[in-house]
Amino acid sequence: MTSPLQKKIKIHGPSVVTANRTSDGVVIWRTADHGWSTDLDDAAIVRDGETARALLTEATADDVGAVGPYIAPVTIADNGTVLPGNLREQIRNTGVTIELPAQV
Amino acid sequence: MYAYDEIDRAIVSERVDEFRDQVRRRLSGELTEDEFKSLRLMNGVYLQLHAYMFRVAIPYGTLSSAQLRKLAHVARTYDRGYGHFTTRQNIQFNWIALKDLPDALADLAEVGIHAMQTSGNCTRNVTADQWAGVVPGEIEDARVWAEILRQHTALHPEFSFLPRKFKFAITASDHDRAAIKIHDVGLRLRKNDAGETGFEVLVGGGLGRSPFIGKTIKPFVRGRDILSYVEAILRVYNQYGRRDNIYKARIKILVHELGIDKFAAEVEEEWKQIAEGPLTLDDEMIEDIRARFIYPDYAKLSDSPEELTKAKADPAFAMWLDNSAAPHKQPGYAIVTLSLKPVGGPPGDATAEQMDAIADLADKYSFGEIRVGHEQNLALPHVAKRDLPALWAALDKIGVATPNINHVSDIIACPGLDYCSLANARSIPIAQELSRRFADPATGRLIGRLHINISGCINACGHHHVGHIGILGVEKNDQEVYQITIGGRADEEAKLGELIGPAVPYDQVADVIEDIVEAYLALRERPEELFVDTVKRLGVEPFKERVYATR
Ligand code: SF4
Repeated sequence: MTSPLQKKIKIHGPSVVTANRTSDGVVIWRTADHGWSTDLDDAAIVRDGETARALLTEATADDVGAVGPYIAPVTIADNGTVLPGNLREQIRNTGVTIELPAQV
Repeated sequence: MYAYDEIDRAIVSERVDEFRDQVRRRLSGELTEDEFKSLRLMNGVYLQLHAYMFRVAIPYGTLSSAQLRKLAHVARTYDRGYGHFTTRQNIQFNWIALKDLPDALADLAEVGIHAMQTSGNCTRNVTADQWAGVVPGEIEDARVWAEILRQHTALHPEFSFLPRKFKFAITASDHDRAAIKIHDVGLRLRKNDAGETGFEVLVGGGLGRSPFIGKTIKPFVRGRDILSYVEAILRVYNQYGRRDNIYKARIKILVHELGIDKFAAEVEEEWKQIAEGPLTLDDEMIEDIRARFIYPDYAKLSDSPEELTKAKADPAFAMWLDNSAAPHKQPGYAIVTLSLKPVGGPPGDATAEQMDAIADLADKYSFGEIRVGHEQNLALPHVAKRDLPALWAALDKIGVATPNINHVSDIIACPGLDYCSLANARSIPIAQELSRRFADPATGRLIGRLHINISGCINACGHHHVGHIGILGVEKNDQEVYQITIGGRADEEAKLGELIGPAVPYDQVADVIEDIVEAYLALRERPEELFVDTVKRLGVEPFKERVYATR
């Protein structure tokens, strides 16, 4: 199978690299200072295929810290806040859209 | 209950040690994710949107109170205080950390439960009628055979790397509660003319992207031959199943492509080589397994005790009794289904507190035994009828006495996009909204039996193809939309539902379902005509008209 890193990467607008933390599966985003954050606001934003590939490549190299990095779309609000680009990413960012049973 | 022996205990505990070491090596970087993934999957550990998910096997849906308490403990200690019962008679924990998993597995091992056969391309946890062993009229307790199959297939080297996953379901009753026709192999216990016990064997059922109803490959296989016969099926599948294309790898595709007759001939050929060999079961082996199922010491009780007659004066109790208690083969006893479908709740979820309370009630009223059904409800299989009023009050207190079993709000739903990384759309909020719309138990009664099934993607974990009303979430231009089918069923007359028209957006699904139900109420010939029968009589057209005329 071709690794995603060997394919041409096309992005349509601002994007981030996200994954799940190995130790507990928590959603994380790749930061500009080569680490991970649990806060989308800290994510490095990429705007073209080449930069996206570079960010994904370094994220993928951290196999101990993160599982399954991939590029995800974001939108940037007028005030500069980074917002998830689709419902799946929104749910990953803010959690399930339902009340958890134990809290009912 | 089935009493595990030393061999089972040793296997389970070795598995825990092995997995502890694998997790340690993964966390320290000795194992890459690529290397680790198949190891974690063999122990029921998936990665979902927000966290790891841990799937624990509940073979043939039978749990002891001690086991249920331990599941509650895992939910409370390592997760967020609840678990989700699935259409595979498993339980899933949605928030568990990888570092905690070995401890959770070790705790579960103390009561003989584990996560083997809950994932991977192996023979999966064998499912069965959740009323096996207690329902009147069954040929015999299907779980004895499920256990024989479990012992033979678990960790079987030849069947641990199949082209794809492989699921058995088994029933011994005329009415099929185990949905055997939508499994890779479905087994229905039968007696032949000579009075011998055996099986009608069905093969090639399954849902997902290419749904098929299983076909009978052999009308009768004697019990003693069942292992060699299913082994022959698995061997043919192992040899010819497509490994090059994940979408074509299930046995249903092979059966479909070869045709059932050709497939059956291949199996027969293979079977010739191994029938009468070491896989033949002798009576002693079967009796040995049977003897390890411990049945309660039932008392001789009245079938209409005074306590029950008196309590029926309370309409709320009477309604629950009529809906949730079913006849038991032992006079004076009943099988009680506990609804995990409260109004507005996620289908199939139970909190740690509920699990603990149910375990206590099982001890008090059901000889310490609990059953899990593929409809995502629980059952107490041996309740004295005189105890039903007291049990009802206790169940009501913990929120598991909603009188909606088999009704429109007893919805089967997969976790969908709230949890699942494969999902296209959400399932749970749709189910919650529908359960609110149909919250009135009187409405549920008026409508009668109606199964709604929801899946968040084409993998069909919510069995939407065989729902009387099936709802499938798909994604279109980044939006959740839902395809709706009607007329499916999962029982002995299993059938795939038919699409009624274009997909509808998320916020219209509940309205559309209400329209369909209203159309049914107007179209049915008499109150006893079930929704599926009306659809069968009239086809989808009148429903389609009703739904799309104004949209
Ligand atoms: S049907 Fe799809 S969305 Fe639902 S649990 Fe299965 S894989 Fe996930």
